[in-house]
Amino acid sequence: MKFKNNIVALDVTDLKILEALQEDARQTYTAIGKRLGIAHSTVYDRIKRMEQYGIIKKYTALIDAEKAGAKNITAIMAVYTDPKESEKVAEKLCKAPEVLEVYTSLSEELLIMAKVVAENQESLHAFIANSVAPLPGVLRIRTSIVTKKFKETQFSIINYPEKVNIYKRNT
Amino acid sequence: MNVETISKILRTVPREKAFYFFTSIGNYTGVSASSLKEFTEKINEVNIKSLEFHLYRGDFEKWINEVLQDEELAGEVRKLQKFNLTSDALRNQLSITVSRRLKRLTSQFSPT
Repeated sequence: MKFKNNIVALDVTDLKILEALQEDARQTYTAIGKRLGIAHSTVYDRIKRMEQYGIIKKYTALIDAEKAGAKNITAIMAVYTDPKESEKVAEKLCKAPEVLEVYTSLSEELLIMAKVVAENQESLHAFIANSVAPLPGVLRIRTSIVTKKFKETQFSIINYPEKVNIYKRNT
Repeated sequence: MNVETISKILRTVPREKAFYFFTSIGNYTGVSASSLKEFTEKINEVNIKSLEFHLYRGDFEKWINEVLQDEELAGEVRKLQKFNLTSDALRNQLSITVSRRLKRLTSQFSPT
């Protein structure tokens, strides 16, 4: 890991460590080191630094909510807002436990997109009617309920090394 | 009905208690009403789909009863569900029912 003009640059070893962690974050430093042919202390140092600089944000579990017995519905909500209020609306949405992801997009009108989960259609509607529509600056809302999920995965930087700042060692 | 009760029904409620018109689950039209007077105006201009959506879910009567606290009007609106009205017939009937009530309450009300 190198720094150039305040930009963190990862080298190939860092990326391989990240790839290993994305596959299984519970594996030991020794296992990762063995796989990559480097010392476990090197793996430890690099992981700690990537944690310190926020490259590794957290370690979490991917849960299959359906198998866990949750019968939730997911919806994608597009909130059209007054540009002056959009930041506040987005911040409020971020605080709601029903909202999993929040994005803004500048199309013809300022739009906030959010992924929302709810127990059923009625609770989804109640959440939007009671907690989203009344927010100052909300102009209108379009919601689509997800009926089938075809793909859900995390972004894997190892598949797109050209998209990150890779520092190549002069060896 | 005393002046205090009428005044309560005719008051403007805070935005979190307003009625928000949707056309279906999660689809907000951008139209809302914070008082009986505003509600009367908005039902004449909102998308007809919204009136159909809310009437048959019982949302209008619930808001009128729980927020405006007008049991009588809530009852009259509930009765409209029985007629299976749609489109303009629904708008007209709802508008007549709510306007008549508003007129009656306003004529009895003389703020001090």
